Amino acid sequence: MVGAGAGGGVVAKELSEAGLSVVLLERGDWPHYDAHNDDELVSQRTPVLGNPYGPDDARHRRVVVNEDGSSSVVLPSEGAYSNNAGCVGGGTVSYGAMAWRYMPQDFRMRSTYGTVKDSTLDDWPIGYEDLEPYYEKAEYEFGVAGDYADNPFGAPRRKPFPMPAFPYNREGQRVAEATRRMGLHPFPIPMLRNSVPYNGRPACIHMRSCVGFACPVDAKAGSQNTVIPRALATGHCELRTGCVVAEVLVDDRGRAQGVRYFDREGQGWEQLADLVVVSASATETARLLLNSRSKLFPNGAGNNNDWVGRNLQGHGYVGAFGLASDEVYEEAGPGATVAFCDFNHGNPGLVGGGMLANEFIALPYVFCDVRPPGEPRWGKAHKDFQRQYYKRVMRLYGPIQEIPNFSARVSVDLSVKDAWGIPVCRLSGSRHPHDHELGEFMSGKAEQVLKEMGATRTWRGRLGPGLSGGQHQAGTCRMGNDPATSVTNRNGQVHGIDNLFIADASLHVTNGGFNPVLTILAVAYWVSDHIKSGWKGGGFS
Amino acid sequence: MNGGPVQPTAGAPGLSRRSAIKLIAVGSLGVAAGVGATALVTRIDRSEPSRYFAFTPEEALPLVALCEQLIPRDDAAGATDAGVIAYIDRQLAGPLARHRGTYRAGIRSLQLTSQRLYQLPFETLGFGQQTSLAAMLEAGLSPEELWGEPSQKAFFNLVLDHTRQGFYGSPRHGGNRDYTSYRMLGLAYPNLIGQNRYPGAGRLGG
Repeated sequence: MVGAGAGGGVVAKELSEAGLSVVLLERGDWPHYDAHNDDELVSQRTPVLGNPYGPDDARHRRVVVNEDGSSSVVLPSEGAYSNNAGCVGGGTVSYGAMAWRYMPQDFRMRSTYGTVKDSTLDDWPIGYEDLEPYYEKAEYEFGVAGDYADNPFGAPRRKPFPMPAFPYNREGQRVAEATRRMGLHPFPIPMLRNSVPYNGRPACIHMRSCVGFACPVDAKAGSQNTVIPRALATGHCELRTGCVVAEVLVDDRGRAQGVRYFDREGQGWEQLADLVVVSASATETARLLLNSRSKLFPNGAGNNNDWVGRNLQGHGYVGAFGLASDEVYEEAGPGATVAFCDFNHGNPGLVGGGMLANEFIALPYVFCDVRPPGEPRWGKAHKDFQRQYYKRVMRLYGPIQEIPNFSARVSVDLSVKDAWGIPVCRLSGSRHPHDHELGEFMSGKAEQVLKEMGATRTWRGRLGPGLSGGQHQAGTCRMGNDPATSVTNRNGQVHGIDNLFIADASLHVTNGGFNPVLTILAVAYWVSDHIKSGWKGGGFS
Repeated sequence: MNGGPVQPTAGAPGLSRRSAIKLIAVGSLGVAAGVGATALVTRIDRSEPSRYFAFTPEEALPLVALCEQLIPRDDAAGATDAGVIAYIDRQLAGPLARHRGTYRAGIRSLQLTSQRLYQLPFETLGFGQQTSLAAMLEAGLSPEELWGEPSQKAFFNLVLDHTRQGFYGSPRHGGNRDYTSYRMLGLAYPNLIGQNRYPGAGRLGG
């Protein structure tokens, strides 16, 4: 197995509990809060001096193709690298931990909205009803605090949330009051974070620095403090950290033989295996498959139809800001407490939508860019704004459902290599024009709410140009029923290579108008179940 | 090449007796709020490092003055007090070493520009003149032929970003001396919430 993040952690636990012998290879290390504590400049959200939870700038590179066709080499700490994380737990160590189930329509985007020009928008080969039991399993095994009593748009669920919801903070209360007056439906954000002690981990202590950081008490659930320890406890799973996988070895008959990797000392190894599962993130999984050339798959594993690495998507984040006439800041992290889903679907003339929520606390350096248009960026005016408004800015933001397109892609650059000599990711293309249209619409909705909240001044955020991806990266090895237009079947099994599976957001056909992690976990349980039921020791029945 | 301590420059803003007293008050109140009864800091010193890792003293002088323009001292500490120059210097000799050439060329262009417009080095200009010149860089309005790579706007934006990092980031990187910017914003530090991170501690409150 390649990659000990969200998806890989789940599969490792499921397969090792089923008695399979698992080797889990992870390029990064175990994360520790104390190594970086609450340092804003070494945060996974603002890694100006490096990523605390990987990958490092010294050994990793990517190539980004600019809009004018030129290309640049970028480092993991630079935004264009489109990093998620590289450590045991992956992005689930330092995320904001919002625990969204996608809505049923999110799996049927083409049926709901029809075809969209210059887009590969399609339905998933599985539906919400297929994933529901796995969403439930993820919520209970990781631990989710939530309450959907006030959310009429929530996907149907059989069981309640395992933990009570977190209360609204000061800003959240104002959002809730304003949206109710406007006829909207606010409710507490479901969180992969303990509101009460759960599964041997304590309740949240409300750090101001939460998103972008590891949790010092493990109140935030990640694969590193839930499923991976359970996998290791079985005695059937061996986790090897500091190990970088270069390729999946595929023989001349189209079977995966194992992987070739480098250990912490740079020593090369081949790990043979009956089954290979790749969970390295949408960018790195695509890169690994493309770097795995064989007789039957000369352009990379599963890539005979040129779909590996295509349809790279993430989430454009849009919304608005408002200045309050009094203090709304509360010293209780992480800060995001309330959301509403009134605009996820059914927006006239638009495809999809997204949830809106109040935001995580902005730490002082990031706050320097929270400014109305035209506001001076430096000098005494800068300091005055910081002092006057640090505790008085209200923010309403959310992810928009992006429209996948074939040209937004990960390929490999044979001329640029990482420290192990492996060709790096080459990112090219740009987001679909509809994203900008939808972004404007959602920002407008957010601005209306902020005005209703009594903001003395409001302004909108806007999507930047270029490519999407980043922490919510998805879509590069989509699942589908037709091998001509997908990379895996509905169970995550790569077309044409029976014993090669994918279990991460690469599989997502579309990425919902929500943070993707709970869906990644649910799909990983789904893929695991297929492997467990189909594997008959040596082959699939 | 490293030199000795850099003296405060004639052109940098002076610290009046009145504002020094205010600084003392801000400092000790902030610490009292953050830690408890023990006042660890009674005054905020200028904090140029005694030696530089990435700059010559001649390069540091105009840069210190430019950073002070970006976040100037008023009732609260400015970039110089907070140790922004120490932050930038340390990073250019470490994780941000890739920007070193940009700084070297940019500082050279800054001095050429100052000489052209005022016949003086940037650090010796009056505060208001420095402000005008900085505003020209931001808008790309200083003599174009004195700038190559980086452009004046690119240089301004890079120094602005690094000045913010040095002023608001963790003191362990050389800037934000004694969390002076956190006190300015009214943010408690150490952040007492979340410090009970030892096994079992979180359960008490749960």
